[in-house]
Parts: sequence; structure tokens; C-alpha cells
Amino acid sequence: MDMSVLIALPVIIPLIVGALSLVVLKNHGAQRLLGILGTGAVLIAAILLLWQTRLNGIKVLEVGSWPAPFGIVLVSDLLGAIMVLLAAITGFATAIYSLKTVRKRFERFGYYPLLHLLLAGVNGAFLTGDIFNLYVWFEVLLVASFALLIQGGERAQMEGAIKYVTLNLLSSALFLTAIGLLYGMVGSLNMADIAVRLTAVEDPKMVTLIAMLFLIAFSIKAAAFPLFFWLPASYHTPQVAVSAIFAGLLTKVGVYALYRVFSLMFTAEVDFTHQVILWMAVFTMLTGVLGAASQFEVRRILSFHIVSQIGYMMLALALFTPLALIGGVFYIMHHIIVKANLFFIAGMMYRLGGSFELKELGGLYKKHPGLAVLFLIPAFSLAGVPPLSGFFAKFILIKAGVEAEAWWAVAVALFVGLFTLFSMIKIWNEAFWKKAPEPAIEIPAPVRNKALYWTTGILASMTIAIGLFAQPIYVLAEMAANQLLNPQLYIDAVLGGGKL
Amino acid sequence: MTSLMAILIGCLYAAAIYMMLRRSMVKLLIGLILLSNAANLLIFTVAGLERGVPPLITEGAQTITGASADPLAQALILTAIVIAFGVLAFAVVLLHRAYEVIRTDDMNEMKGTD
Repeated sequence: MDMSVLIALPVIIPLIVGALSLVVLKNHGAQRLLGILGTGAVLIAAILLLWQTRLNGIKVLEVGSWPAPFGIVLVSDLLGAIMVLLAAITGFATAIYSLKTVRKRFERFGYYPLLHLLLAGVNGAFLTGDIFNLYVWFEVLLVASFALLIQGGERAQMEGAIKYVTLNLLSSALFLTAIGLLYGMVGSLNMADIAVRLTAVEDPKMVTLIAMLFLIAFSIKAAAFPLFFWLPASYHTPQVAVSAIFAGLLTKVGVYALYRVFSLMFTAEVDFTHQVILWMAVFTMLTGVLGAASQFEVRRILSFHIVSQIGYMMLALALFTPLALIGGVFYIMHHIIVKANLFFIAGMMYRLGGSFELKELGGLYKKHPGLAVLFLIPAFSLAGVPPLSGFFAKFILIKAGVEAEAWWAVAVALFVGLFTLFSMIKIWNEAFWKKAPEPAIEIPAPVRNKALYWTTGILASMTIAIGLFAQPIYVLAEMAANQLLNPQLYIDAVLGGGKL
Repeated sequence: MTSLMAILIGCLYAAAIYMMLRRSMVKLLIGLILLSNAANLLIFTVAGLERGVPPLITEGAQTITGASADPLAQALILTAIVIAFGVLAFAVVLLHRAYEVIRTDDMNEMKGTD
């Protein structure tokens, strides 16, 4: 009993804490305390959930005790539990970082309740076993992200938000269309049940058509080629804490949804569907990294790199071999921590250097060597330098690509890795190494904030730890990939009663 | 009836995409509204158009016999309508605020962040 309730906790806690936070909206101290406690509680629940899932296999909670496939189920398989833990880590780090960086004005306009709501939506999407429920969680996290994105109401935020809102609503409508067609075809909404019923469908072409609709809908949310442009147009506009949690989590919900539906439901015509994903992955990697090369604003460079990194994750799904999926899960684990951390550090560069523009920055290494080291760790990890986490993530993926003889994809992946290093060195040279520009811009009085250093420091040490202790992480990713490649495990857990 | 609905839904999708591709913010909004309505009608139609047969089990029987309307699809549409209402209300406010800040209705002039 208590074990299956554990699955619901990562969703319930943020919802309750968010509501409480709304009650004490005027009391800044209480809001911050709730922010730390709430995200901390989710973190503990997520660790327990992953531990339990690893120990006992896939866990299922039938909400309201309605048996599957009639009621909504929450399912925690290893991929879902890993994603929830990563979301919890990012959420906790963001809450700590927000203590010192979020203005009181935004706190009054509901920053913390929105943050909790966002986390609830993200965790709900990772844990649900019902395709329509997935749509609902997507909308929950979207609405929260809309409101967070425009806090401040500046011109750039409005322009970015219009693109973000439009493309995401378009993708939601396509998602809903695909759900409708799928329901009309198989008459079920439970993902495990759909997977079973799809094998009996006589016309595989129609199934592939619906699969393509899902692919378009989710690839917009994941910011994959060709409909990625909403991301670099909007992610650099809100305050840094918001940018960081968006960068870490939101596109990965799209990636997770792709992993889920294309490993569980649409595996009948892998030759076609995964070939399409492969080409999308290749172009996503390339456009992202080339876009980043042309930018000179730290957050925009990082935003374009999100796009190119999404390409790697899709590449893993496209190859669809055991090793590739291990690489994909590993890559997601590495990426979320590194990416959120880089945005946090960009925020500190702004506080200490006074700008996000590379031209106006400079001399940060001399003044703040600690920050420079903190930047180098995730930056090199993103580029894939050993022994950091990114090296192993890329290594596994490229090895999988070689084994699958997808030479073009391998070549592009290596090239993109090199260009990522180029981008990171560009930031290093301009912001940290070169002398501060002559007409020095007004640099705000140096505010030493231990909380910020702690947040980024802990995330950076996680990056190192994933690299140094790659073996246990690899084993975990291997187990998750194994579950993805054997959807029967998921189906049996959901439809076979599945109570623990 | 189903084919008539199919044509109607197709027209709604086409009109929605056309409106979204225009440069005006207001037309963009109309496009989003049409799009969510089209998706709702699609769910309504694919679940089967059955008229005057509520899904009730007759006395003494164990299951429904014969054709009946699908209540689940209507529950889905109801949920989707509520969600669409929420996000579209947000979109209206956003576009209004954006107009106040940017002072233009033309999407082509919103390139500051590209």
C-alpha cells in the first residue's frame, strides 16, 4: 500500500506545497521556506521511488482503485523514475538558486506557486501510464511555464513568449488530434493496453500515420528540427532561475514522451519511423550547433546547444539498439544536470560581470577564479571531454552508432562535439580570459552569495561523479534500456494487476 | 454524417493553419481557437456518431448490447475544452499585453529575439 502511494508523491507534494505557497503569497519568508522544503521533499520521494523501482521492478498505482485499462494508472518504470529524480534535483537546485536571485516583485506575482505547479506537471508527465493524462500533464506544465516565462513583461519576453506559446499550443493540438485518432482506432487510452491492441490492427500504414503525428507533436515540444525556433527565441528572455529549469527539464519531457511512445506503442514499422527520427536527429544536432556558433550572447549560445543536444538523445532512440538506448538514458542524465548548471553559471556571470553579451564581458578569470573553474566543469562535460559525464554519454552513443553502421550520424555527432567545444571555448576566451573591455560597463557591487556557489558547485560535482563512477550509472541506464526494449515488462506490470 | 463531419473538420484545420500563418496577432489567435475546436470535433467524430442511444445497460443484462454512444470521448472533449479555455484565455491576455508593449499587431516586426 505505502509503496504504491510513493509513485504519486512526486506529483502530489508539489501540488499541495504550491497551493500552500499561494495561501502565504504575501509572506516572502514562508514562500521561500516552502520552496526549499517542498522541492526537498520531492527530492527525497524521487530517490526512494528510484530505489524501489530498481529493487522491485516496474511499479503501478491504479488511481482511485479503478483497474487498468479502465482507470488512470501511474507507472514508475526505470526511465520514468530516473526522469523524476532528475526533475527533483533540478527543482531543488532552482529553489535554492531562486532564494538570492528572484526579485520580490516576482515572488509577489506567484513565482513559487508556479514553480511547484511546473514540477507537478513535469513529474506527472513522467509517471502517467495513460496517453490522455499525459496530454493533461503537458498542459499543466505549459501553463505554468507560460506564466513564468513572461514574469517581468519586457518587450523581448513578449516577443519570445508569443512564439513559445503559439508553437506549443500547435503541438498540443496535434497531440490531441493524434490521441483522438488513436482512440478511434483501438478504443483505449491506457498506453500498455494500446500497445497490445495495436498489434491486432490490420492496417499498419494507418498506425504509422498516427505515429508520425505523435512524432511531430513531441518533436515540437522537444525543440527538434525543423520546428525548434521557438526555443532560442524565448529561453534567454526570463530570469535566469526560470531559464535554467526550462533548459534542464521542459524539452526533456518531449524527449521522454518520444522514448515512451516509440518504444512501447509504435514499434511495428521501425524501419520507417526510426529512420525518420534518425534524419531529424542529425539535422537537429547540426542546426543547433551551427546556430550557437553565430551567437554572442551567453544564454543564446546555451539555448542553441540545447537544440543540438536534443539531437543526440533522438539519435539514441533512432538507432534503437540496446547500446544506443543505454547511451540515450545516460545522455539524458548527464545533460539535464549540465545544462541547468550552465544556465545557473550564466546568471552568476551576469551578476559578477554585469552582462550576458560576450563583447561586454571579460576578465572574470582574474577576479573570480572559483567561478571560472565552476564554468569549465559543465562546459567541458557538455563538449564531451573525459573524464566528465559528457564523455561517457557521447562515447556510448557513438559506439552504438558505429555498431549500427550509421556512419553519417556518427560523423555528424563527432563534428557537433567538436563545435560544442568551440562554442564553450568561445565563452571561456571572451568572458573569462580576455581583459575586461576598456569602457568598463557599470559592474554591480560584487555580491558574494554562498548559496549560488553551493548550487552550481554541487551540480558540478555531480557531473564529475557521473564521469568518475560511470559504471553504476551505466548499469542503471542498462536496466532502463532493457525495460524500454522489452515493452512486455511494462505491459505485464500494468495489465497484470501489478499491485505490490 | 461522418463524412460530412470529416470534411468540416478538415476545413477547420485548414482554416486554422491558414490563420496562424498570417502576420496579424489577432488572426493567430483565431487560428489557435479554430485548431482546438477542430481537434475536439475530431475526437467526437472518430469515437462514432451514434444518435439517441445512451450507453445504458438494459435491466437484467450484463453488458451493453448493440451500438451506443461513447461516453469516454465526450469526457475527453470536456476536459480538452476546459484546458483550451484556460490556455486561450492566457493567450488573449498575452497578446493584449504584447500589443501594449510592442505597439504593433504585425508578427514580422517581432524579431528582436531572433
